[in-house]
Amino acid sequence: MEFFRIKNDIPFMRYGKLTTAISMLTFLFAIWALAYKGLNLGVDFTGGTVIEVAYDKPAQIDQIRDNLTKTGLIEVTVQTFGTTKDVLIRLPLHKGTTSAKTSDVVMAALKAHDPSVTLKRVDFVGPQVGKELYDNGALALVVVAIGILIYLAIRFEWRFALSAIIANIHDVVIILGCFAFFQWEFTLTVLAGILAVLGYSVNESVVVFDRIRENLRKMRKSTIPDIIDNAITTTMSRTIITHGMTQMMVLSMLFFGGEALHNFALALTIGIMFGIYSSVLVASPLLLMLGVKREHFIKDNKPKADVSADGAQV
Amino acid sequence: MNRFPLWKYLLICAVLIVSAIYTLPNFYGEVPAVQISSTRSAIKVDAMLMQQVEDELKAAHIDYADALVDGTSIKVKFANTDAQLKAKEALEARFRDGYSVALNLISASPDWLTAIGAKPMYLGLDLRGGVYFLMQVDMQAALDKAVERFTADIRSQLREQKIRYSSISRDHQTVIVHFSDADTRELANKFISKNFADLVLTENNAANDFILTANLREEVKKRTQDNAILQNITTLRNRVNELGVAEPIIQQQGADRVVVQLPGVQDTAKAKEILGRTATLEVRLVDETHDITAAIQGQVPYDDELYTERGGMPILVKKTVSLTGDYITDASPGFDQQSGQAAVHINLDSRGARIFRDVTRENVGKRMAILLVEKGKAEVITAPVIREEIGGGRVQITGMDSTQEAADVALLLRAGALAAPMDIVEERTVGPSMGADNIKKGFDSNMWGFVAVVVFMIFYYRYFGIFSSLALTANGLFLVALLSMMQATLTLPGLAGIALTLGMAIDANVLINERIREELRNGNSPQAAIHAGYDRAWGTILDSNITTFIAGVALFWLGSGPVRGFAVVLCLGILTSMFSAVTISRALANLSYGRRARVAKLSI
Repeated sequence: MEFFRIKNDIPFMRYGKLTTAISMLTFLFAIWALAYKGLNLGVDFTGGTVIEVAYDKPAQIDQIRDNLTKTGLIEVTVQTFGTTKDVLIRLPLHKGTTSAKTSDVVMAALKAHDPSVTLKRVDFVGPQVGKELYDNGALALVVVAIGILIYLAIRFEWRFALSAIIANIHDVVIILGCFAFFQWEFTLTVLAGILAVLGYSVNESVVVFDRIRENLRKMRKSTIPDIIDNAITTTMSRTIITHGMTQMMVLSMLFFGGEALHNFALALTIGIMFGIYSSVLVASPLLLMLGVKREHFIKDNKPKADVSADGAQV
Repeated sequence: MNRFPLWKYLLICAVLIVSAIYTLPNFYGEVPAVQISSTRSAIKVDAMLMQQVEDELKAAHIDYADALVDGTSIKVKFANTDAQLKAKEALEARFRDGYSVALNLISASPDWLTAIGAKPMYLGLDLRGGVYFLMQVDMQAALDKAVERFTADIRSQLREQKIRYSSISRDHQTVIVHFSDADTRELANKFISKNFADLVLTENNAANDFILTANLREEVKKRTQDNAILQNITTLRNRVNELGVAEPIIQQQGADRVVVQLPGVQDTAKAKEILGRTATLEVRLVDETHDITAAIQGQVPYDDELYTERGGMPILVKKTVSLTGDYITDASPGFDQQSGQAAVHINLDSRGARIFRDVTRENVGKRMAILLVEKGKAEVITAPVIREEIGGGRVQITGMDSTQEAADVALLLRAGALAAPMDIVEERTVGPSMGADNIKKGFDSNMWGFVAVVVFMIFYYRYFGIFSSLALTANGLFLVALLSMMQATLTLPGLAGIALTLGMAIDANVLINERIREELRNGNSPQAAIHAGYDRAWGTILDSNITTFIAGVALFWLGSGPVRGFAVVLCLGILTSMFSAVTISRALANLSYGRRARVAKLSI
C-alpha cells in the first residue's frame, strides 16, 4: 500500500511567502515566550535540592509542607509527582544553608512524621556545578550547530549549509519557546533530546538537498523553484513515514517512560513535528533566497560521470 | 546482480551469532552474592583465600551456590538473600582485618559465558540504585595545612639553632617571623633558605621590627595540591572499603574534584558522613605549669591552646604535636578491660611506636591529651596521666561517648585522614525501587515502540517491511551486544537512546524501500530496482547519520552522567544501524529475490 501517490509536483515555493510568514510568527512567539516567561530551569542548571519520596498511602501535601517549614527550611515547594503517593520536594539554593546535608535533614523530618516514607531519588547540585552544567549545555548546542554547518558546507555548499542550520536553529528556538510557554521543566536530559533532534532533523534537509542537487543536473530546462518543488514532492513520502516511525518510538516513551522521560519525549515530539516543517518549508525557501544557482554544481559535474559517484540521491 | 558471495552471508551469520552470545547474559538476571576483596596490597586474592572462604561457609553451615575468583575479589553466589546476609556476617567476622566484605548482585549467566568475557550490560546508578557524589577538595585548606607544618618546623628549628625571634605566626599561606634586629634576621634568612628549599623568603622592615616572610614556591603549591587530591582519593577508597560497597568507583575529575559512585548504598546519610569527615588524631602534652584560671580570662600562654575536656573541665594543651594519626596502622573499637568503657585500640607503625615510647618515657607522671581534629576544630577526647613508658606501639584510648562513636573513630583512624577537607558539590541518589522502576519503564518504551514500528512496516511495505523489521531486530541485537561487550554504562536516558536510535534507524530502510518503489514506477525491472534502491540510498544514509553522530559526540564530550550514557548509545546505535539497515535487509532481499532468474513483481 501507499499513502502518497502524487502525480504533479506541489508548488511549495509559490507558498514561500506564506510559509515564511508562519515560521516568523511561531519563531517570534517562541522568542516572546523565552523573553517574557523564561525557561523553567531544572535543578541541574539552577542548583538546589530535589527529593522524591514515596508514601504507602496518598500523601498529605500541606502537612508535609508545614512539617518541613518548621524545621527551618526556606522556600520549600512540595507537590505530588505522577501519583498521589509520590511527592516531589524542591529546595532552592541558599547561601550557607543549602548543602548536601539538606536532603538528610528533610528525610529525618519526614521520617519523624511518618516512618513509612521511602526515599526514591535525591538530586543535589551545588551552585558552581549548576553553572558549569549550564555553560557546557550552551557550549554543546553551539558545537553541534557549528559541526553540522561545517559538515554540510563541505558536503554540499555554504548556501545549503546555512539554510539548513537556520531552519534547524529555528526548530530549537521553537522547542525552547514551548518549554518556556508551558513552563515545563528544562533539564539536562531535555537538552540532550534537543541536541539529538537537531542532528536528526538536519537529515531531512540533507535528503531534500541531495534531491535538489540531483535535479539541478537532471532537469536542465526547469527553473530553480520547479526543481525544489520536485525534490520536496518526491521525498515527501519518505519524510513523513520516517518521522512517523521515529515519532511512534517517542510516543511509546511518552506513554511508558514515566515522569523521568516525559519532558525528554515532549522535546523530541516538538522537534520532530517542526523538523518536518522547517527542513522542507523553511530551509528550501531560504536556499532560494540565498540564490542557489545551477552553476554552483555544474562545474564539478564531469561529463558521463555516474551520478551516484558524487553523492547519492533518493 | 542481487547476489551476495557466500563469504558475505557467512560474515553476517558470524556477526549475528557473536552478537547473540554477548547479548545472552542480559537475560539471565542476577543472583545475590558476597564479595571479598583485599584492602592491602600484601594480601593476595587467590584460590587459597577462596578455599578459606569456602571452609568458613561450610563451618557456619551456610549453603552457597558457587564461588569464584574474579580479578581482585572472590565472589560467592547464594540462592537467596537470607543466605547472603548470613554469609556476609560470618565472613565479616572471620575476614575483618585487611579485607572488605560487601553484598553484591552478580550475573546468573552460566560459567562458559563468563569465561569468554560475556557480561550483562553495566547499569548506571539511575537503573541499579545507589549514590553519586561529586566532591570538591578545598585546596586552600590543603595549602594552609602545608604552611602550618612549615611554621611549626621553622619555629622548632630556629629554637634549636638558638636564633632568637620575637614571634612567628601564619597568615593564610604566609609564614611571618618577627626579629628585633637585622643581624638575627640575616642569620635566620640564611638558615631557612638553606634548609627549606620549598620556600621563597622576603624581608620587610617596619619601625624597629624586622620581618621575614616565607611563601610556598609555585611548583611546591602545585605539588601540594596534586598530593592532596591523591591522598584524599586513597583515603576515600579506604573508607569506602570500610563501608563494604561492591564495585565502587572513585576517580579524579579535573584538578580538584573527585567522583564517588557507590552502587546499591541505601544509607546515604551515613555514607556522606563517613566520606566527608576529616577527622585525625593528635597526641599533645598538657601544660600543667601555667595557671589555668588566667588562661580562661584570656591570658593563654604563648605556646599553648585552651580546650574544654568532654567532662567540661578547661585544659591547657601545648601547640606542639607529639604524634599524629599518620603513624596509625590499625584501629579497632573495643572496651577498656578495667572500666568497661568504650575504647579504641590503636596500633602504631615502628616510627610512631618509637616516638610514642620516647614521649611517654620523658613525661612520666605528666598528662597527655588526645585530640580528635575535625574541620579545623580540635576536641580533647581524653587526657590521661602517663603512668609509665609505653612501648610496642599499642595504645588504648578511652573517653568515647558511646560504642558507636568508638566504632566511627576507629574506622576514620584506620582509613587515614583526608589531606584537605572536601565538600559534596553534587549528589544524585536513586533508591533501589526507583532503579528497578526505571528499567521497566525504559524496557516498556522500547518494546511498544518497536512493536508499533514493526506492525506498520510490514503493513506498509509487505515483504520488504519484513526485511526491514528483521534488520531492525538485528540492529537492536548488535547494539545490546556492543554495549555488553564494551561494558559502557547504560542509563535511563541511554535506554531512551536505544528507542530513539531504533526509531531513527528505520529511516535507512524507509529510504531504500521508497527508492525501490520509485525505480519500479519509473519502469525498471524488479531486480534493477532492488539494486538501484540499495546502491543509491547509501550516500544519503551516510549523510543523514553523520549529522546525528556529530550531536552524539558533542554530547559525550560536554555531557555528564546519564546524558553521557545517552550519547554513547546514540553514537553506537548509528554505527550498528548503518551496518544492519544496509547489509542485513539486503541479504534478506537477495536471498528471496536475487536467486530467481525472473521476478515478475516485488512485494513492496
